[in-house]
Amino acid sequence: MSTGPDLIGSSASELASKLADREVSAREVADAHLDRIAATDGVVAEGDVWASKPADELEAHHVHAFLQVTAAAARAHADDIDARRAAGEELGPLAGVPLALKDLLTMRGVPTTCGSRMLEGWVPPYDATVTELLRDADVVVLGKTNMDEFAMGSSTENSAFGNTRNPWDLDRVPGGSSGGSAAAVAVMQAPLSIGTDTGGSIRQPAALTGLVGAKPTYGTVSRRGLVAFASSLDQAGPFARSVEDAARLQAVIQHHDPRDSTSVSESPPDLLEHLRDGVEGLRIGVVTELQGEGYEPGVAETFQAALSRFEALGAEIVEVSLPHAPYGLPAYYLIAPSECSSNLARFDGVRYGQRVDAPTAEEMNAATRSAGFGPEVKRRIMIGTHALSSGYYDAYYLQASKVRTLIARDFEAAFGSADVLVSPTSPSVAFGLGTKTADPIAMYLNDVATVPASLAGNPALSLPAGLAAAPEAADTALPVGLQIMAPLLRDDLMYRAAWAFEQDLGFTPVPEGRRAVEVAR
Amino acid sequence: MSLSPDEVRHVARLARLALSDDEVAELSPQLSEILGYAEQVGEVAAEDVPPTVHPFALKDVTRPDEPRPSLPREDILAGAPEVEGHRFAVPRIVAEEG
Repeated sequence: MSTGPDLIGSSASELASKLADREVSAREVADAHLDRIAATDGVVAEGDVWASKPADELEAHHVHAFLQVTAAAARAHADDIDARRAAGEELGPLAGVPLALKDLLTMRGVPTTCGSRMLEGWVPPYDATVTELLRDADVVVLGKTNMDEFAMGSSTENSAFGNTRNPWDLDRVPGGSSGGSAAAVAVMQAPLSIGTDTGGSIRQPAALTGLVGAKPTYGTVSRRGLVAFASSLDQAGPFARSVEDAARLQAVIQHHDPRDSTSVSESPPDLLEHLRDGVEGLRIGVVTELQGEGYEPGVAETFQAALSRFEALGAEIVEVSLPHAPYGLPAYYLIAPSECSSNLARFDGVRYGQRVDAPTAEEMNAATRSAGFGPEVKRRIMIGTHALSSGYYDAYYLQASKVRTLIARDFEAAFGSADVLVSPTSPSVAFGLGTKTADPIAMYLNDVATVPASLAGNPALSLPAGLAAAPEAADTALPVGLQIMAPLLRDDLMYRAAWAFEQDLGFTPVPEGRRAVEVAR
Repeated sequence: MSLSPDEVRHVARLARLALSDDEVAELSPQLSEILGYAEQVGEVAAEDVPPTVHPFALKDVTRPDEPRPSLPREDILAGAPEVEGHRFAVPRIVAEEG
């Protein structure tokens, strides 16, 4: 029989096959991961729903990946799966595998906070479509993960409930905004998690925590029940410790949804069928504009080594240009805040969450919003409101949306000479807690390489390319992410390239020394 | 462009945010810097380029015009800060005469 530590170290694919062979029960798998959460996360492990400790009670060894752990519901779901398996019922490919869900997606009966005080006390009356699909697949949801408030941030330091720590170095950030979902998988609290990516919020934390994280083609995963930040960019996607696991999870959640008017009816070819076909003869385009100045030396060297590895595997490396990519980040920081200012207008103290009383409706709206939103959310609402206001719309939102067209055309042209494109995922390795919070633009620059694919809608993933030292600490060894971008609806190609690279590199996705330490604590 | 403290207050009013003087003082230079950065989009010649809001050219997505169940009213009202009967309750919106 497998023991707890074996189970938490297993990939989703390994667990799925052990479960199918009845070598282990879904309940044992759920319990092993719940024990791991109790030992590492800083939750109060009592009752049906485990709450995370208040920020001022969290200690330096607490990862704080979860905001709530739905322990009783997870155990009951696992028991139900075991019973149905025992009865000979046909179950889905990931049945009984545990997962952590970003707290931006609704789950009926479980508070959704979006990392904000604004929604305190709100219990969603419905499941997000992604949550429904996970339930239909009998994936066991363990709880809701920490994040930058309303998904605005690149470090998870903008959470109203305290920051998440990077399992590779607890004094560093896990990236963001899906930092909780990333940290949970990196520290083996779950083999899988769901994040959301608007400008890089899955790929950048995946890079900083040594994971595989993917943003599917825009429109292929339903946004219903995903609390909107920037509707034309938001997309949910998987985190995992292996390429195959990520592909399997993406396959579960991509589904046309008539209840989301931006959902597309096409889907990519089967993500697993050609996963192991290799990269022999594949043309890999290196994007001129997404390297060089602004990228840390350790990141740049690791990226160059990745190109050599692809070449050794038989791929053809070609240089491609996305001439408008340098305008991606400026365009993003007009489009995303504009859509955010419009989407977050719904938090008015009337329909959900908290209210601060005041004599008139308008004063009540303003008092509620001022008390409920944190500084970064206010900044973005302000930028967006200004950019959409009379006299500025054409120069800001409209011009940025035109630049977006040019970036999409750049991608189309580049895919004429390359099958997939590559770049470093993030210009830096994980940075220290508190080192970028005072400088919004320094924080925004984290997204410089991930934003172009977001604006164009293309699928893109990040996978570990190796380890490098942080520039300020030569004795560190932190994960570096490689970004692979593919044509629209060719998510299968990016997974295929990633799988070949991963097999050759042989990266250990969990930091040395963290595999057992906390279990004993 | 730069946003003066008065302009910050104006935008805050549009956004229904009640900012403290400290917040205004902090936001004025920050927002100016962010806008200054974002204004680089103006360097791109894009006059005849159509804007993109969705990577696929979806048009007029509608559902069939058939009745279907909605969420129960009490479930929706359960999340509201204040409810009166079957309605969301809000403070006075129109000022009293005289």
